[in-house]
Amino acid sequence: MTGTADIGKLVGQAYKHGFVTDIESDSLPPGLDEDVVRQISRIKREPQFMTDWRLSALRHWQTLVEPQWAHLRAHPVDFQAISYYSAPKSKANAPKSLDEVDPKLLATYEKLGVPLHERARLAGVAVDAVFDSVSVATTFKDRLEKAGVIFCSFSEAVQKHPELVEKYLGTVVPYQDNFYACLNSAVFSDGSFVYIPPGVRCPMELSTYFRINATNTGQFERTLIIAAPGSHVSYLEGCTAPMRDENQLHAAVVELIAEDDAQIKYSTVQNWYPGDENGVGGIYNFVTKRGDCRGRNSRISWTQVETGSAITWKYPSCVLRGEGSIGEFYSVATATNLQQADTGTKMIHIGANTRSTIVSKGISAGRGQNAYRGLVRILPGAHGARNFTQCDSLLMGPKCGAHTFPYVEVKNPTATVEHEASTSKISEDQLFYCLQRGISEEDAINMIVSGFCKSVFKELPMEFAVEAQNLLAVSLEGAVG
Amino acid sequence: MSTPLLSIRDLHAKIGGREVLDGLTLEIGAGEVHAIMGPNGSGKSTLAYVLAGRPGYEVTSGSVSYRGQDLLSLAPEERARAGLFLGFQYPVEIPGVNNVYLLKAALNAARKQQGKPEVDAFEFLALVREKMKLMQMDEAFLSRGVNEGFSGGEKKRNEILQMLVLEPTLALLDETDSGLDIDALKVVAHGVNTLRSAERAIVLVTHYQRLLDHIVPDRVHVLARGRIARSGDRDLALELERRGYDWITGAAA
Ligand SMILES: Nc1ncnc2c1ncn2[C@@H]1O[C@H](COP(=O)(O)OP(=O)(O)OP(=O)(O)O)[C@@H](O)[C@H]1O
Ligand SMILES: [Mg+2]
Repeated sequence: MTGTADIGKLVGQAYKHGFVTDIESDSLPPGLDEDVVRQISRIKREPQFMTDWRLSALRHWQTLVEPQWAHLRAHPVDFQAISYYSAPKSKANAPKSLDEVDPKLLATYEKLGVPLHERARLAGVAVDAVFDSVSVATTFKDRLEKAGVIFCSFSEAVQKHPELVEKYLGTVVPYQDNFYACLNSAVFSDGSFVYIPPGVRCPMELSTYFRINATNTGQFERTLIIAAPGSHVSYLEGCTAPMRDENQLHAAVVELIAEDDAQIKYSTVQNWYPGDENGVGGIYNFVTKRGDCRGRNSRISWTQVETGSAITWKYPSCVLRGEGSIGEFYSVATATNLQQADTGTKMIHIGANTRSTIVSKGISAGRGQNAYRGLVRILPGAHGARNFTQCDSLLMGPKCGAHTFPYVEVKNPTATVEHEASTSKISEDQLFYCLQRGISEEDAINMIVSGFCKSVFKELPMEFAVEAQNLLAVSLEGAVG
Repeated sequence: MSTPLLSIRDLHAKIGGREVLDGLTLEIGAGEVHAIMGPNGSGKSTLAYVLAGRPGYEVTSGSVSYRGQDLLSLAPEERARAGLFLGFQYPVEIPGVNNVYLLKAALNAARKQQGKPEVDAFEFLALVREKMKLMQMDEAFLSRGVNEGFSGGEKKRNEILQMLVLEPTLALLDETDSGLDIDALKVVAHGVNTLRSAERAIVLVTHYQRLLDHIVPDRVHVLARGRIARSGDRDLALELERRGYDWITGAAA
């Protein structure tokens, strides 16, 4: 598939099946009931099983109450005031040109080295800048098709591969799982779908960035990744540039399934708008991410760099079902200004000889509060299971905080669980040492912080690691006085 | 006589509310090597820190001119970029930061100051390799964290390696010889000697004459109670070795 004709076809397809065209004409009034869910499903021309599943989710959600979290200060969300089907970036409110975009945001793009033609798209300017990446996307699609890899929007997968969606959807995160996952199940707008056939090593890193309209997936996003036996895939979510978004609440669901000997590496750089110095206007990010190591010797790794959001509530987890399966979690989370990050992981050991590794690096600056909450659960059948957890916090300044809540439940006496934790400050000795070598204070802090995060950064795909480092530098700018 | 490279006049400085430098005067000319000796706690490291601009050290009076400019008005990183190097008595560990990365950042900071472009990656590596050879350091040290898990002697060698790469105009080496074995001492001394030149000056803070066997100083000073209590040539060091400090500190009191 090459040439302009094909590009045209691809663009046309995106419009035909995609989310963007539909919503330009369809925007539902605020509120949530069965009618709304039915309409969403109808607009998306979904098969009956999807409509039924959404409705079951809605009915269950109506019986739930929003959870309260001890370490988060959140304004209540009025769920009936949200429109569950409208353009995530409604063109009426969008800036008309870069001149209307917050100069601070533009300065950040500059520092991150975001190409000029990308800036408008990320800032939510109402232009069709997305098409700049069409040709790139085409070549990517081509290579993936040859390998038999399915990588498309969730809506497209529902149309083209309904049997796969029906078989796997909700098998890792059932709609009953939690309040936000349940809401997502009822109303999710779009997201990504990946299927790697047996024995296939995905020929490239899959990135939402290369999926057309990837940024328009909105506030209720759903991702499903299936790695068939013996397959490998590395998936990158997000983009280091901060995105402008009108939606305050984000409730995404990510489900990963690894069959026998399959490996999934899922990397995230999350950089939602955190709000201003007073915490105004930031995004609430409630995400349910779970990987199911279903097969023997399967492996799922989560690597995340979290710098954005006013409130982040996120626990990428692994269910280690298959014998000898491995779950990993590597995380860097920063909290500056009034940000609150409450992240961590759950490792559920079910199968024998399952192993898990958790490395969490929390950086707090300003008045930021960073909480790590981790659960390691070893079930009775998990003979010889092993876990290693390392949890380090770095404090920058006197007003920030770090909190660690490790929970361990061991129901099998042959299991070993190790936990190491540390809290440190950027030492004046380290800072002075760098200054004495002629390095500016800002560079010195970035260097020391990057060093602190190194064991996580090295898990990121190369290119992403560099971006993540820049991102960290930008997000901590001026954090130490 | 031309103006000295470094001229310290009647310097008073406090740390933690205590006056540690109490009217120190010292001149160091380009091309010279000076040794500063003196009892523990007499203010040798303090002098080095004050010159390097370490926060927390308060200069209450006196002046320091370096290459004709007011050194005390410069920020610590500006002093470094202007060619002032401090070899630390206790080099700090910076976990996760590559030794070679710090070195490159330091070199580029100085080059930027001089209006030079960033160093070419290949040239830089060649330069560092050459200096490492001189210091008899294994290249594995490049990719380790800065001083992370280094032995005491390895840390000191690493300081000298940095000095050789940065080629400072004024090097203050605070007890670089302590913690070194006999062979390492020779290696370090050789490294320091290669830096000696007509434009540079080196200040060695040391407790031991044996370093001065390898790096022969032009002047030797005894620092006691925050001032220079006595100055002389290399023979003073030999005399100190024999007689200790009492005869001087007693006299200075
Ligand atoms: N932060 C501080 N607060 C209070 N006193 C300090 C502080 N730092 C140093 N001092 C004191 O200042 C004096 C001089 O210390 P300095 O480290 O300069 O001595 P020195 O001559 O280098 O000694 P040594 O030979 O043991 O290295 C000492 O008495 C020391 O205890
Ligand atoms: Mg000392």
